[in-house]
Amino acid sequence: MAVILSNSLVSAGIFKMTVAFTGDVKPGQFFMLRAWDKDPLLSRPISVHNYEAGQLTFLYQVVGKGTEILARLQVDDEVTIQGPYGNGFPEITGDLCVVGGGIGTAPLYYLLRHYRDQNPTGKCRVYLGFRDIDYGVEAFAALADEVVLDVGGIITDKLSVIPSETVVTCGPEIMMAAVASAVPTENTVYVSLEAHMACGIGACLGCTCETRSGNKKVCKDGPVFLREEVFNV
Amino acid sequence: MSNYLETKFNDIRFKNPVIPASGTFGFGREYEAFYDLAKLGGLCSKGLTLEPKSGNTGMRLWETPAGLMNSIGLENPGIDAFIENEWPHLKAIDTVTIVNVGGKDEDSYLTAIEKLNAIDAQLIELNISCPNVKAGGMAYGIKAETAGEITRKVVEISRHPIMVKLSPNGEAVADIARACEAAGAQGISLINTLQGMAIDYKKKKVVFDNLYAGLSGPAVKPIALRMTHQVCQAVKIPVMAMGGISDWKDALEFIMAGATCIQIGTINFNNPMAPLEIIDGLEAYCIHEGLANIGEVRGIV
Repeated sequence: MAVILSNSLVSAGIFKMTVAFTGDVKPGQFFMLRAWDKDPLLSRPISVHNYEAGQLTFLYQVVGKGTEILARLQVDDEVTIQGPYGNGFPEITGDLCVVGGGIGTAPLYYLLRHYRDQNPTGKCRVYLGFRDIDYGVEAFAALADEVVLDVGGIITDKLSVIPSETVVTCGPEIMMAAVASAVPTENTVYVSLEAHMACGIGACLGCTCETRSGNKKVCKDGPVFLREEVFNV
Repeated sequence: MSNYLETKFNDIRFKNPVIPASGTFGFGREYEAFYDLAKLGGLCSKGLTLEPKSGNTGMRLWETPAGLMNSIGLENPGIDAFIENEWPHLKAIDTVTIVNVGGKDEDSYLTAIEKLNAIDAQLIELNISCPNVKAGGMAYGIKAETAGEITRKVVEISRHPIMVKLSPNGEAVADIARACEAAGAQGISLINTLQGMAIDYKKKKVVFDNLYAGLSGPAVKPIALRMTHQVCQAVKIPVMAMGGISDWKDALEFIMAGATCIQIGTINFNNPMAPLEIIDGLEAYCIHEGLANIGEVRGIV
């Protein structure tokens, strides 16, 4: 159980929850969240938006019964969190380019913060795409050398990477596929996948994805994969 | 250490009657981070087939009110890889080991069973009830006649006792259980998942590539309990019951319906500690009720 320090509306249907947590949390990892008993039955996998000084933050979109319950939680309420799970993003040296779409921008903020800590002189650029309304852009802008924003269009149309950049993308699958095919093969590209999952620990085999090296579990082997593992490039 | 929960399933001694259900627990490794697996009454492998299976394409999970539909499709590494990579780890755990075996036709069942003669498991759970594979699977398990036939052939060649896992999707389950008993089965487990369907109205499409899928979780408990009761009335061989058990009170109800052991399935996904909490709850119940052993309430209804 974790105590909720804040839980507030950020944008239409988008909430930010901060809970007290102590432990090692890597960017790109996720937690299983639950604030109910058996209905809904499953916990909800939510990526880590930030972790700093004992405060763990989730940026999440209300899409159904579970996230509706999460959104109603108040300060000092408790939420069950299991994790962190998943492999997370690898340590990135050199320059970084992140491409996020919608709620897929959530884990990229923690990645960027971590990158800045580790690479004070590294160059990092950010592409953010939203369908209707943008959110969280200022936070990225405070850390990035450049932010390219697109609302209502196709963010990958604006994308151009330079050879020194490692690219990390998270968002709708169609956007990640477009990133995977647009970025030259010389650049390393990591994609963070999303999947329905029941357990989050690799037991249910519900989140299996096909990769070049056979079936992988998004929860345990991922959610971060090299693009060539999961997309045709 | 008290013996409140010690349970005999034929001549197999279980330290308690609580076993995680096949397909919800992998080969146990994922749950070792949560607790010592030796505390469990037993371990049951993920459903194995002769050849490796990559499982079903497309969406595999769909939540329902207090339930979960799955269409995993018996994704597994195959019998040979299991024996080589998983069995040494599994058998080293100080608890009863059960191997769950499925098949697509008679040959694949029998060859798999023969291969398993090479290891010393305590029990084989014969899966004739998976609703999520196109060939074999549930086809054998929905009719008493075919269930009896495959059971007889498996029993003949296996050096392990055979517990047949029944489907809730076929003929009267008590008839199928009787046929399996007559064919030499030494135990019955039930229920496998209930066949269901999901449609995504927004996409105007069925959710699962395999069209239908298996429903489990608390939503199915009353049906599982009824079927457990019917089967326990119908056969003399012991029954290992499952279907929506999520706490010790549910587990107790199945034991009162006549089950010798119980399996814990979907709730593992909701609460990884559920099997241990159920063991603790059953033991506390025995103490509170002044029972020397949980068996005193078995089949009392």
